[in-house]
Amino acid sequence: MTQQTITTETDASLPQKPAIIAENVHKWYASNKFHVLRGVSLNVYRGEVVVIMGPSGSGKSTFIRTFNALEEYQQGRIEIDGIELSHDLRNIDAIRKEVGMVFQQFNLFPHLTVLDNVTLAPIWVRRWAKKRAEEVAMQLLEKVGILEQARKYPGQLSGGQQQRVAIARALAMQPKIMLFDEPTSALDPEMVREVLDVMRSLAQSGITMVVVTHEVGFAREVADRIVLMDGGVIVEEATPQEFFQNPKEERTQKFLSQIL
Amino acid sequence: MQTELPPPVAPPISRASSPWEWMRVNLFSTWYNIILTIVCVVIIVVGISNLLRWVFDIAQWNVVVTNLQLFFVGRFPPELYWRVWLSLGVLACLAGIAWGFSRTDARWLSHSTLIALGVIVAAVILLPIPLSSRLWLVTIALVATIGYAAGRQLPPNLSSWLPVMWGVAFLLVWWLIKGGLGLAPTPTTVWSGLLLTLLTATTSIILSFPLGVLLALGRQSPLPVVRGLSTLYIEVIRGLPLIGILFLAQVMLPLFLPPWFRDLDRVLRAIAGLVLFSAAYLAENVRGGLQAVPRGQAEAAKALGLGAPLTVSLIVLPQALKAVIPAIVGQFISLFKDTSLLALFGLLELTGIARSILAQPEFIGRYAEVYLFIGLIYWIFCYGMSQASRNLERKLNVGQR
Repeated sequence: MTQQTITTETDASLPQKPAIIAENVHKWYASNKFHVLRGVSLNVYRGEVVVIMGPSGSGKSTFIRTFNALEEYQQGRIEIDGIELSHDLRNIDAIRKEVGMVFQQFNLFPHLTVLDNVTLAPIWVRRWAKKRAEEVAMQLLEKVGILEQARKYPGQLSGGQQQRVAIARALAMQPKIMLFDEPTSALDPEMVREVLDVMRSLAQSGITMVVVTHEVGFAREVADRIVLMDGGVIVEEATPQEFFQNPKEERTQKFLSQIL
Repeated sequence: MQTELPPPVAPPISRASSPWEWMRVNLFSTWYNIILTIVCVVIIVVGISNLLRWVFDIAQWNVVVTNLQLFFVGRFPPELYWRVWLSLGVLACLAGIAWGFSRTDARWLSHSTLIALGVIVAAVILLPIPLSSRLWLVTIALVATIGYAAGRQLPPNLSSWLPVMWGVAFLLVWWLIKGGLGLAPTPTTVWSGLLLTLLTATTSIILSFPLGVLLALGRQSPLPVVRGLSTLYIEVIRGLPLIGILFLAQVMLPLFLPPWFRDLDRVLRAIAGLVLFSAAYLAENVRGGLQAVPRGQAEAAKALGLGAPLTVSLIVLPQALKAVIPAIVGQFISLFKDTSLLALFGLLELTGIARSILAQPEFIGRYAEVYLFIGLIYWIFCYGMSQASRNLERKLNVGQR
């Protein structure tokens, strides 16, 4: 992250705008008026991997779900890849094309084969020819190690395999930004690693990533920056080293003492 | 501590018991089971023997035999029977093709195919029908067989065209029966018997399905006006008896429609009543299916950039409809049987024609024979539908938990 800030400062002819800008975002749940996001601001730069941690109920999932308009927000401003996130449906569609998302519960389409899961959006949204979509899908499935299962249905795969398919499905749209919403929380312990390995190699490929997770090891190794959320606000932002070895805020220290 | 895994053990052998042993254990184990068994056997034997005696000895089946044509096509002009036969041929051919597609095993003829062939052969030989009808039946069976053979040979990816072909066949049959566009038109007053039952039932089923799906989606819509109107429609229709809706459709519908629709045909008015009624029930069935699809499915589709129409049609509806196939087919089966109410409005569908046959002086009082016969016909079609729904469920369950 520091490097990127430096390039921004030195190369004035090409000012680098953050891939994600969130300014003072507020959200109240419609049903019970609960104030779940209380003025959250965050910039994520291109190629950066940001890990969001925090106790459950801190609003971290809700926050990243506002980035692709799966959740609405009532106040503040969000800009994704230079596109203002507003109620305009065309903007929302444009943003969703550029932002891939991986869910805690995989959310693969059970009535379609693995291959059809991956090719669906490129064919219907990007309007690719079926042949091209399948070629790209097969490459991606090979990358995540599911090539042999391409003709099976999601229900025939293990949790870890399903989550890797879900990553391939999101990547098939060739997004500029990937969001991960607790991607390993619903997995059996022995399958966590295969998913984290895929995410690790993805991070090395230079794509912008925002990851909500409780995996300390992953955060320590892969993150450029760690953000701690609690009670609907960002408590602390720091590099992994600072975050784990020298946390400034008391709430961070308390959180770390609970998970480490 | 145990260091080695215990050796694998074969599961206990389940003993196949002899029939005698089975009976001793299940039917004659205690004194009250013995009494129950004997009482039940006596009731069943007496009941069945009486029924068989009635069927073969007392019943006078000539009321059915003489009026066979009336039951099937009613007052349809005999010189136009070829159009009915041709319609049957088209449908049989398509059914054969569809069957050929759906069979993936290597055997050319399965048990059910053989049974179907046997039934057709028996019908051709045994039924007291004119020679021309026998020839038509044989031809249609042949066409179906050719379709079956063709369906097995054609590449399987063509099977996605089947719904389109069924749609074309449906329009073709309507054209053949109704006439027009080069064929001599038939007035709907001559449509009767099983022919009319099938026409009204299939048309109502085909029209009510999309309407029901739209109403279900409307009831789930985020737009309050659409949601309110759909809910109002569904609740009003479900609160009215079908007979009342059919009456309204016959009498009131012409009053609501613009003048050039006023003399809407009474068969079409009946179909309109059935469609309006059935759609409300279908909508509730489909809504159940929509609620069974997890919210994450729509979220994943949206996150991939699919708009609302694509999300509904590619992701949500296929899963929702699959979940409620039995309920939907149940609704179609009751719609099929509900067409018998049209007899009350002077339409001579299967039940209507049965009533008119019972009014013939020489057959007065032959209720049992006539109603048993049309009951059998209703049952054949309803059983066929329920079998088709089970096949469809099996086919769609491939590879899914």
